Amino acid sequence: MIMFLQNAIRCSAAFMFGCLGEIITEKSGHLNLGIPGIMCGGVAGGCLSCYLYMGAIPDYTQPSYILLLLIGIIGAVLSGVFLGSIYAFLTVTLKCNQNITGLALTIFGTGFTDIVMQLMDVTKRKQYFSIASTYIAKPLPFAQNLGWFGELFLSYGALVYLAIALCIATGIILKKTRVGLHLRAVGENPAAADAVGIKVDTYKYGSILTGSSVAAIGGFFYVMDLVQGLYNQYQPVEAVGWLAIALVIFTLWRPYLAIAGSVLFGALYTVSNFMDVSSQITNALISFIPYVVTVIVLLSVSVIGSKNVQPPSSLGLNYFREDR
Amino acid sequence: MQKEITLELKNITKTFGKTVANKNVNLTVRKGEILSLLGENGSGKTTLMNMISGIYYPDEGQIFINGEEVKIGSPENAYTYGIGMIHQHFKLVDIFTAAENIVLGVKDGTKFNIKDVNSRVEQIASKYGFNIDVKKQIYEMSVSEKQTVEIIKVLYRGADILILDEPTAVLTPQEIKKLFDVLRRMKEDGKSIIIITHKLNEVMEISDRVSILRKGEYIGTVNTCETSENELTEMMVGKKVELKITRTQTNFDKPLLEVRNLSVKGDDGSKKVNDVNFYIRGGEILGVAGVAGCGQKELCEAIAGLRKVDDGLIMHKGESIIGKPANEIIEMGISMSFIPEDRLGMGLAPNFSITDNMMLKTFRESKKFTVDGEKLKGQPKWKAFLLKSWCAVKNVAHMPFVDRKAARKRATELIKRLEIVTPSTETPIRRLSGGNVQKVLVGREIESNPNVIVTAYPVRGLDINSSYVIYDMLNEEKKKGTGILFIGEDLDVMMALCDKIMVLCHGKNMGIVHASKTTKEELGLMMTGALDLSDAKQKEYGKAKDSNLTDEQWLEKEQQEQQAKEERNDG
Repeated sequence: MIMFLQNAIRCSAAFMFGCLGEIITEKSGHLNLGIPGIMCGGVAGGCLSCYLYMGAIPDYTQPSYILLLLIGIIGAVLSGVFLGSIYAFLTVTLKCNQNITGLALTIFGTGFTDIVMQLMDVTKRKQYFSIASTYIAKPLPFAQNLGWFGELFLSYGALVYLAIALCIATGIILKKTRVGLHLRAVGENPAAADAVGIKVDTYKYGSILTGSSVAAIGGFFYVMDLVQGLYNQYQPVEAVGWLAIALVIFTLWRPYLAIAGSVLFGALYTVSNFMDVSSQITNALISFIPYVVTVIVLLSVSVIGSKNVQPPSSLGLNYFREDR
Repeated sequence: MQKEITLELKNITKTFGKTVANKNVNLTVRKGEILSLLGENGSGKTTLMNMISGIYYPDEGQIFINGEEVKIGSPENAYTYGIGMIHQHFKLVDIFTAAENIVLGVKDGTKFNIKDVNSRVEQIASKYGFNIDVKKQIYEMSVSEKQTVEIIKVLYRGADILILDEPTAVLTPQEIKKLFDVLRRMKEDGKSIIIITHKLNEVMEISDRVSILRKGEYIGTVNTCETSENELTEMMVGKKVELKITRTQTNFDKPLLEVRNLSVKGDDGSKKVNDVNFYIRGGEILGVAGVAGCGQKELCEAIAGLRKVDDGLIMHKGESIIGKPANEIIEMGISMSFIPEDRLGMGLAPNFSITDNMMLKTFRESKKFTVDGEKLKGQPKWKAFLLKSWCAVKNVAHMPFVDRKAARKRATELIKRLEIVTPSTETPIRRLSGGNVQKVLVGREIESNPNVIVTAYPVRGLDINSSYVIYDMLNEEKKKGTGILFIGEDLDVMMALCDKIMVLCHGKNMGIVHASKTTKEELGLMMTGALDLSDAKQKEYGKAKDSNLTDEQWLEKEQQEQQAKEERNDG
């Protein structure tokens, strides 16, 4: 049981990054369907920078923990910013359709990732990544001594805690600070925000780039921590990305709920590994559950119809100032 | 004594594509005065104010504030010069509280703390005499409360020059009075206020000076105490206008629409129309007076077939229309036009052109071909038969297509008749100014040649000239024998235009009075529920003596309806 929960929580971090990234983006009124592609991009950026770092140091079996983690995150963030800025430029500055731009970005991001990963030498890549992942997934030092508590709460790599910390920080920023208030106003009613002198485009760029970076770390985490450095294909990462977008609706655009929602989705995602699955069909049915849950939540949200659980009012709409 | 000038505009010009919105406009505003900006729809008042508040940038001309030339590039910029605008369509975030909306965008260097904001907002509110609950969310507020939030928003930023764009268009008389009190208090406090309005009595009441625009051009400025309503109208319209509504006398026909014991529920499930009886004859205008939100909308929608009737009967020429789909009701000749409070919502598609919007109502008609009788004369029989059948074939072939040409022709006629300001019949109506959009909506409903017109607030926010055009149109329809249900706001207008006035108070019919015999005071008492004429009279109240149906038939219909209702409930 603890094994299962442990797996669920570890897995949830991947969802948490993706979901939080999308929440931050959507708060500015932009629906970014490019998140799956950006998460893949995070794989490429994070892995490439780790690969280069390990190739540069004299003994690749003994990298510095802090440097490896930092360089990986920076790499992922840079690729997230790169892909996010494409999306932001197209939708904010050129006012392109958000859905189409996002879908195109996903297709681009997955292809881009495959090319980058093929740039690396396959044997070296495998060696490097299996070592890197042992470092990155390293549990907190005192986890073993605390019994089930330690196993359940302290046995994860640093990135899992980073995900939770980011969720909480985002929640505080959105609710308590002026920046958060302004960002929410931009997503709700950009014309109102503009009229009081908030720089709408700046906020949109900021939130899209931040959101993309967070999501990109999610991709890096997926490969380096969750699957222990095994990279075969981009499809699993992309699937996590799509689920993360669905999860945003499930969490009602609230960063705190994103933690709980991600753990639930993580559990649903890994449950098939722990069940005695006899056939392909049951397996498929189980992996189907998260989507069904999302549909149910969507339905109940629209039935409740309260203004407080609705998406940002101008979600998916571009803002033209001189439009009447 | 000349007070110092705070804001001065010199030769401002602004064009949108081919449309010239403002041409060489000059304007001065002094400290501690209220300036009215007067002009018809589309005369460029809002555009001009948007340039002062930094939403648009002027193509030519200069703006001076306290004697210094400034360039106002953004709304934020405008705030730093102490300019605050209260827009006609409120720019508020629905799910935020009043205080959150007010503090939005303020960068005063202090630490953000919503509690401090709340107390500061309350301070401002008490200083100028506003009533406001700072923790209430915007979507739960009435229009007047939202406006209060907008005004406090600019005061919170320390604005010295306030611009109010048609602030009274959506308020009740009591709310207007309250607003004016607040404005006077601000004036005493040394603020400069520019107010845009069409209502001349308000201009006379509140302002110190009046500046007039006509078709984007600056006409002149006069002191309010030295002018009259007639002079202002003349300056605004460019010609003398008779400020009088004539009540056309017609011979009333039999009742066209009879409503008995009607009850309708609102969106929230509460009874919005409660046991209402009335009837409209052909050639009669029945006014409906009442405070905003006391069942007018629900009544309209019930008649138009857009809302479920809870109880009672609606009879059109003796035939029940309850349960009929909206398109059948339209075909029976009942048309409804409802101008909502924010004037944009119902009935028109903003991205469609006037032609397209005309077609929204007439899309079922396609082009009809007929054979010219002259042509058939002297033709052999077989040839006449061929011509006729060719015509029939053409009719069938055109069935799937809408008749665009006819719609365009109608649109052109409408533009000419109502003097709608638009570059062409194909311009999307969202590019037109609010009043012009409204003319299209009301005009379309009248064009469709109905025998019952239900119209709610058709002149809401319209300028004088257009209002009178619409009154004339209604009177013309009345002459044709159409029955009109006119839901209005302005009691003076209703008393001049309508034959009878029904007063609603919380969905209840407080009585129906003859417009020529009643007084404003009586209507006011009925609106607030202090006077109930329906109680004093007998049971037959609001039922026509020469009804289309006998008493037995009414009873029968009632039973039928009851049965139908039960069946619906069972099903």
